[in-house]
Amino acid sequence: MPLPAAPGIGFKPEHFAAIRAMRPDLGFIEVHAENYMGAGGPPHRMLESLRADFPLSIHGVGLSIGGASLDKAHLARLKVLMDRYQPDSFSEHLAWSSHGIFLNDLLPLPYTPETLRLVCDHVDQVQEALGRRMLLENPSTYVLFAQSVIPEVEFLNEISQITGCGLLLDVNNVFVSCHNHATDPRRYLADFNMKNVGEIHLGGHDAEELPEGTILIDAHGSPVADPVWTLYAEVIARCGALPTLIEWDNDVPEFQTLMAEAERARAVLNAPQRVPEPAHATC
Amino acid sequence: MPHAEFLTQFQAALMGGALPDGVRACTLRPPQSPETVTEYTLSPAQTDPRVIPCTAEEVTRRFDVYRNNVAHSLSRALAARFPVVERVVGAEFFAAMAPIFLKQSLPQSPLLLEWGKDFPAFLDGFPPLAALPWLGDVARLELARGAAYHAADMPCLPPEALMQAASDAGAARLVLHPSVTVLASRWAVVTAWAMNQPGATPAPLPGNKPEAALILRDRRDEVPVQEIGPGDLAFVAGLHRGETLLQAAAEGQAAEPGHEPAGILTTLARRGALVGLHMGER
Repeated sequence: MPLPAAPGIGFKPEHFAAIRAMRPDLGFIEVHAENYMGAGGPPHRMLESLRADFPLSIHGVGLSIGGASLDKAHLARLKVLMDRYQPDSFSEHLAWSSHGIFLNDLLPLPYTPETLRLVCDHVDQVQEALGRRMLLENPSTYVLFAQSVIPEVEFLNEISQITGCGLLLDVNNVFVSCHNHATDPRRYLADFNMKNVGEIHLGGHDAEELPEGTILIDAHGSPVADPVWTLYAEVIARCGALPTLIEWDNDVPEFQTLMAEAERARAVLNAPQRVPEPAHATC
Repeated sequence: MPHAEFLTQFQAALMGGALPDGVRACTLRPPQSPETVTEYTLSPAQTDPRVIPCTAEEVTRRFDVYRNNVAHSLSRALAARFPVVERVVGAEFFAAMAPIFLKQSLPQSPLLLEWGKDFPAFLDGFPPLAALPWLGDVARLELARGAAYHAADMPCLPPEALMQAASDAGAARLVLHPSVTVLASRWAVVTAWAMNQPGATPAPLPGNKPEAALILRDRRDEVPVQEIGPGDLAFVAGLHRGETLLQAAAEGQAAEPGHEPAGILTTLARRGALVGLHMGER
């Protein structure tokens, strides 16, 4: 079952009591896979409860799909989690985080024919091991590589076409990366293969002032920024409603503050007005 | 460059080495505000003349975002596992110490809930902390609590099983819940842990008072820390080794003359920490 085309939130244990008490109107709840890989205990109790009440998205942050090879032990742990909770969606990132050691960050890779083959091979392995289609998320990046010969959107679209995986469109990541690399976020979004998008992410970013200008950093510790809402509304107006997650992982706010962001997404989802499509748009 | 080699270079750069080959960045001149969506009107075939490549110094500052992210996220992950240690030394000291620990013990697996086993020994040998010789044991206690929190779920024994065990103590071997740990310290580790909880008031520690702790996840999913005496310690350790009730009780008495296991057995049973009973040989 795909996720419903409604707002969802990233789950924080601090909010568990509020969710139980309020039974909020949410399309789905998303959790980070790695937080539920212990043998037992309260995390599983919470996830069982959430699973019973909401559609569930499991979002991995440690598989390192853009690395040199896949960690088979980690893939096996993911398989156990998938089998136990049968989520409605599984997603991971176009990034790497392990190379002998685990760096706990989503790191960038050059986009080349070699890395395209490698990432496709890894996505194939994941989809085969889990017995399901996964979604792959576009990253926030702060540097570029001279080695890259394939634009990021094309790289993602190719992976999706070759492996059959879906895409997770993080509109904040698009805005952050495009700002940092002085490229057009509207063109990025117009070129993105929206037909394969199974979920949208919205989150907050930080701005750091450097002598040469502002750099944006994906931080998930604040409300979604206005220009990101603008781009999101344009995508929804063009392509129709899509499952939309509010991510707020650091400086976690009161549950009501998080829900206010989800309500803002709902308002956008409920008012899709198709505007004339650019000729090259993919939906 | 093969991808694996690129990753090796990138990883070395994160740890302070030179930037990997090919890293670059560009920026708009004049800089655009990130408060709005920048308008671009050019077709993809055209190059926006406002976009210029960054200098080497500027590229390094961009790369520093990754260096900072990795250092900060691992430091915070460590602090999340050892909140009491962080409270004892202060956030500023902890943040300065974490990179030194990270240099010698980076996580091998994305399963961070299993990371940090080397941290207590690191604290034991960290010269600036020589005045807090008990801090390593506080970290061991925090590790045990973390393990107890994530330990497997097991249904506990019905009360009648305990009656059966008591009726044939020479044959009964009780199985402890996987969350149960005992920790013996030369220092007042339980006192130190307790007085550095949120809201508690730190005070001077009793100097040469050894303490032992019983750590487990109870029926309410909480992970209390209970101080236990040498008899209880030896008794629970005996159960852990798979000894019969009688053998474990003898261990308790050897460690603490006159020790009776009834009290600690009741505690274990009440908290759901007894999950199996075998009668006879192992």
